[in-house]
This record gives sequence, structure tokens and C-alpha cells, in this order.
Amino acid sequence: MSKVLMIHPERCTGCNTCVLACAYTREGEARPSASRVHVYNWEREQFSVPMMCQQCDDAPCVAVCPTGAMHRADGTIVVEYDVAKCIRCRMCVQACPFGNATYDMVTNKILKCDTCAGAPECVAACPNQALEFVDATVATRSRKKSFAKKFKEAFQEVG
Amino acid sequence: MNAWTGKVIRVNLTSGTITKEPLDMKAARAFIGARGLAAKMLFDEVDPNIDALSPENKLFFAAGPLTGTFAPNVGRYDVVCKSPLTGAIAASNSGGSFGPELKYAGYDMVIFEGKAPTPVYLWIKNDQVELRDASAIWGKEVPETTDMLRAETDEDAKVACIGPAGERLSLIASVMNEMGRAAGRSGVGAVMGSKNLKGIAVVGTGAVTVGNKEAFDLAAKDASAKIKAHPVGGAGLKAFGTDVLVNILNSVGSLPTRNFNDGYFPTADKTGGEALAANNLLRPRGCHSCIIECGRATKVTNPKFAGEGEGPEYESAWGFGADCGIDNLDAIIKANYLCNDLGLDTISTATTIACAMDLYENGIITLKDTGGIPLNFGNAEVMVEMVKLMGYRQGFGDKMADGSYRLADAYGHPEYSMSCKKQEMPAYDPRGVQGIGLHYATSNRGGCHVRGYTIAVEVLGNPVKMDQHTIDGKPELVITFQNLTAALDSTGACLFATFGIGGDELAALLSGATGIQYTTADFMEAGDRIWNLERMWNLTAGLSSNDDVLPERLLKEPIKSGASKGEVSRLNEMLPVYYTLRGWDGNGVPLPEKLQSLGLA
Repeated sequence: MSKVLMIHPERCTGCNTCVLACAYTREGEARPSASRVHVYNWEREQFSVPMMCQQCDDAPCVAVCPTGAMHRADGTIVVEYDVAKCIRCRMCVQACPFGNATYDMVTNKILKCDTCAGAPECVAACPNQALEFVDATVATRSRKKSFAKKFKEAFQEVG
Repeated sequence: MNAWTGKVIRVNLTSGTITKEPLDMKAARAFIGARGLAAKMLFDEVDPNIDALSPENKLFFAAGPLTGTFAPNVGRYDVVCKSPLTGAIAASNSGGSFGPELKYAGYDMVIFEGKAPTPVYLWIKNDQVELRDASAIWGKEVPETTDMLRAETDEDAKVACIGPAGERLSLIASVMNEMGRAAGRSGVGAVMGSKNLKGIAVVGTGAVTVGNKEAFDLAAKDASAKIKAHPVGGAGLKAFGTDVLVNILNSVGSLPTRNFNDGYFPTADKTGGEALAANNLLRPRGCHSCIIECGRATKVTNPKFAGEGEGPEYESAWGFGADCGIDNLDAIIKANYLCNDLGLDTISTATTIACAMDLYENGIITLKDTGGIPLNFGNAEVMVEMVKLMGYRQGFGDKMADGSYRLADAYGHPEYSMSCKKQEMPAYDPRGVQGIGLHYATSNRGGCHVRGYTIAVEVLGNPVKMDQHTIDGKPELVITFQNLTAALDSTGACLFATFGIGGDELAALLSGATGIQYTTADFMEAGDRIWNLERMWNLTAGLSSNDDVLPERLLKEPIKSGASKGEVSRLNEMLPVYYTLRGWDGNGVPLPEKLQSLGLA
């Protein structure tokens, strides 16, 4: 079954452990700018949101790529990046509506989450389960349920 | 070069000159980095007898070799200078992401010298380093300063700055980074203010590399597993924050209450970490690379004290709570937010208010002195109001803004100041916990718990338990903790990592990261070396064994209630043993052979 990366910002502590895990395991050095996941902090509200590739079904990065470097292998939900085919035109960087594809000057390639071939390092490293790698079909179930519970409580109070 | 970036920025604020220097690798090897290495450079460059608020003082922002690496809980940096509060060496350490960002920009350290003619800030973006005008930002509180510096530089810049308290040279002013993280103690914010330096904004896109990847990875994995498996490091601090200690310390009768008039506060549970989690906690927070997550994102909805932000830690909750006789958690949190915004150290601010309350209740100060403010113990509204007055030096707040010693001394009663070397003691009563009293008295930066946290052993039983009331073995315990912590601070690691790991694991991390072999014995010896260097600096600055003391109240007035009722501190029995074990003479001066063995002669 296909799995997706789920982000739970309400659990994120802003520690950047996912960022370090990504950069260190994929590029071999603690260099946050080499990470495929980034965490944005709102200090007044003490709130943080991790951001990484959403593996869009209708992916603009794939559509715009002139060489097929950015592609989806048949039958998977992961958009993959083939560095050998890439001509560094950075059209994918321009096209991604989330800013989740970036060009890394140090390694001269595009950085984009590929879920570490099905075993994402960021998920393994997150100390607070703010990132989860779950079956696509159940990905939103817990979130829906928790809101459903709030509705239930609200209606019970009214009733 | 691995772990260390090998580069230092030196800024002469008087002339506006910025130079980049190589790191002295011989010194780095012996003093590690951060607190230790900056202390060594202060020792070499600054006369200990200068006025701390003069241009002759230097201000070091120093990260450690582990700072920024992919090891758990290594996100810290130190601010080092001569302290205007104590006259001793200051090294205040802070978390967040500022230290790691400085490393990613390519620097181990920034050194500020002299005094800028007008307010400035430093902007660092990798190789580009420049001083910029801060006239329009001067006067702003910490959150607005942070926003303005980001607007002028980079929206994701990491910002360290001072607030109104530092600008007004309050001797208990902090340096704040990322709004809610503080290099709080010893008045480092006042030194920054005295230099007309409002802040530092930094963006770094480079790497921190490690020397022996295989060894480092193993050490990091091991450290991470051990912290996660520890009941405090792996679960307790995340659930309840450091404020969980309120109920623990109260239960052993060592929660200083009403300016250390007692060691037990009957309604303390209303201010503990459990109450905080139930009523105000939004979520735990972590510094860069933190897997412990003791930080507290909190919110107060009570309109009287409404707000949102970071904190409180145990020390702040105790200071504004039990020590002021207050059990209103909303007010305590509000006072913490105000300290963050104004750039005030929560411990010294809270305990100075407690001291003022003590002076007031004993008739030493009156409504005439306070400008009509009734400073009774337990008055939560007044407590919150005093924080604001202190931050802006308004009314009676002006007299309080230089800490409890100078306040009490101004009224002829310095004995009301619960401080060591004029810096306020934190939240563990030395009458109920003997070892921590010896640590307070001997700490190189005055009243402070994080340089020798014997509470771990004496109260929490980590890694072993010793009786809190005995003095047997306490000098040895204090020395071990002081040395370990000096070395740990110098790596850039967080003290709370010791809820899981110790000298063995830290030495392994440091060896893997730097590629230089440090045995556990080497690591502990580096701590000993740093401790003795700080001591030597303090002795030259005019401090002596006469300053290795506790307030008389703790030696003579027993705790009145609770589990430690009847106890006093037995400091005077422990101190000579401590000196001997340290290799110091009867006056607390390191013997020549001790200095020689540490390479300090």
C-alpha cells in the first residue's frame, strides 16, 4: 500500500531534528540548507510548521520538467528526481506552489523529498511524532476523528 | 577543520572595524569552545580589574564544537564577559537556534570590543559581516527588535538582542535570542547595552562537519537512545517541563519560600509543572537538535495577565511564585513573558522582588520609598507591575534594576539579599540540600545552579542518590559536577542531556565530531582546567575566599516548616575540604602544582 508523509504542526516543537536528519543522512553533513524538509517558526505564538514535498498527484514539477528528470514511476505516489537527466533549468523550483523543490548550489542539484525510498529519515528522527509516514487511506483518519470528537462534544453540550 | 569552523569574527565597535581571525586551535583543544574557550580568551585579553561597563570589557558570543552538529541536544552558545553584577567572570548560556546558525554561517565566535558611538547591530550572512545603524531600533522591546532586525536583514535571520533593560544598563539584564530564549544571568545584557550594541542577526547556509563520521554517528546514536530511555530526559521534561521540580523540591522541604524565610510553601502545587500542563500549556518546545523538549509554549487567558509565549521554567515559576509567596500561576507566567520582552533575567528579577518584599514587610523600606506600592509577600498584581518598572527603570523599579544586593545594601541591610557574589541564588534551599549550598558559595559566577547541579544526585537520584542532608562526600560531588559541567558547557551541549548521558558519552561525541581523541579523563580534566582558569581570573579581579560565602540567614536561621525543618547550611564544614580536594590552599588559591598539572602555570 502507498504511504504518505503526514505533518502534524500542533506537535512540532521547532527543534529541527528532522532537518538535520535529512541533511546529514542524505548529504553527509549537518547543513540545514541541504535538507528537503524545512521548519518554519512563529516565535510569538511558539508554533512551528515542517514543510516538505507533498508528492502532488498532478505535480507541476513533473509537468514542467523538460527532460523527465522529475517523474513519477508507474504505480507509486512518489515523485522521483533523476539527477542524471536533470539539466538544472530549475523550472521545477519555479513551478512548485509550495516552494518544496529547491536548487542546492553546493551539490548542484535539486533537493526534493523522495521519502528516502519508503523509509523517511525525518520521520524516524522526529522526537515528537510531528511527522508520520502512514498509509494514504488512513492518513487523515485520526485528524478527522479528532475534529469529529470536538463536534460531538459541542453538540452534546448544546443538547 | 571539523566541528570547529576555525574562524572568529572580531568587531571593534569604537572604530567600526571588522576582522576575521583563525581560531587558536591549541587553545580550542584544551578549552574546547563556548564557555571554556571564551574564558581563556577573556583571560588573555581583558584585565580583570576593568569596569565591566566600560569599553575595555569584551563581549564574546561563542558556540561550541558540537553546536550545530547532528547530535542530540547540542544547540547552545555562551555569552562571556566580565560581569557588572558580580565583578566575576560571566558566562551565560542559551539555546534556540542562534548558536547553530552562527556555526552554519562559518564562525565559532564573535568578539565585540570597545563601544559604538551610536546604537548599532551586527548583520552576518555567511562571509558578509557588517555593522549597521540601530538608532531606529534602540528603545524597542525584544519581540519588536527581533521583527525589525529581520525586516532589515532576512526574514529567517536568527536574532540575539537586548531589550529596554539592557539599554538602561540594568545589572540583571539578559541577552535574548529568538524572543523567548535567554542568556540570562550575570548582567550580560548590560554589557551589550554599554557598548551601544542592540543586536546580532545571523543567517548561515554552510555546514558543520565531523572528523570521524563513523565514531560520531555511533556516539550520537548512543546518546540519543540513552536520553530517550531516561525517565526525566525521555519523558518527564517533555510532559511537565522543568517546572515539575516545584512539587519535588517542596516535598523535600527545600523550596525557598518568601525570600528564603522558609523552605516549604503549602500551596506550591498551584504553580508546578503539573498545573502548568493542565491549565496553560499549548505544546512542548525544543531548541535546535533537542529531543528532550522541556520548553513550554504557553498561554494565559485570564484578562488580568493575558498573553502568549515561552515559559516558565522551574526557576522562574519558583522565583515569581514561592519566593514571593505567590501561588497565582497566571501572574507568574505573565511576569515571565515581561522579562522576556524587556530582556531581564527571570531569576534575579524575581528574587529581587522577593528581597524588596522582605525589606518592606520588615519595615526597612516603606510606602514612601516604593512610591506608594505595597510590596507585601503574596501580592501578585504588584509583583507583575514591579517587573515592568524594573525593565524601564521607572519609580522604585530603578533601585531594583541592579539586583537585590545593591537594593538591600542601599538601605543598610545587605543581609536581606539572597545572593552569592551579589548574584541571586536560585530555587534550591542550601539548608535542605547541603551540596548545592557549597556549589552556590564556590560557583565562579556567583549564585547559580547550572554550574554544579548536585540536585540531580541529592534529590533526583540521577545517576545515584545521596542523602540531601549529609555533608559527607558532598565536596567531591560538587567538584565532579562543576568540572563535568564546565566541559559540557564548552561543547555546546545542553545540561539536560545529563538526564541520560555523562562524561563518557560526551567525550565520545566530542572525539567523533572533532576527530581528536578525548578520553573521559581528558574531558573531565578540561572541565577542571576551565574551572581553575575562571577561578584565577576572579582572584585577580579582587574576589577571594571571603566571597565564597552564603547569606547569614542560611547558616543561622533553620528552615521553619516542611520536610527539612530545623536544618541550616553546614557550608563552613565543607568549604575547607573543598579547597583541599581542589588542590587549592586554605585561602582558596590554586596551588602552583595544581595549575602546572592543568597547563595553566
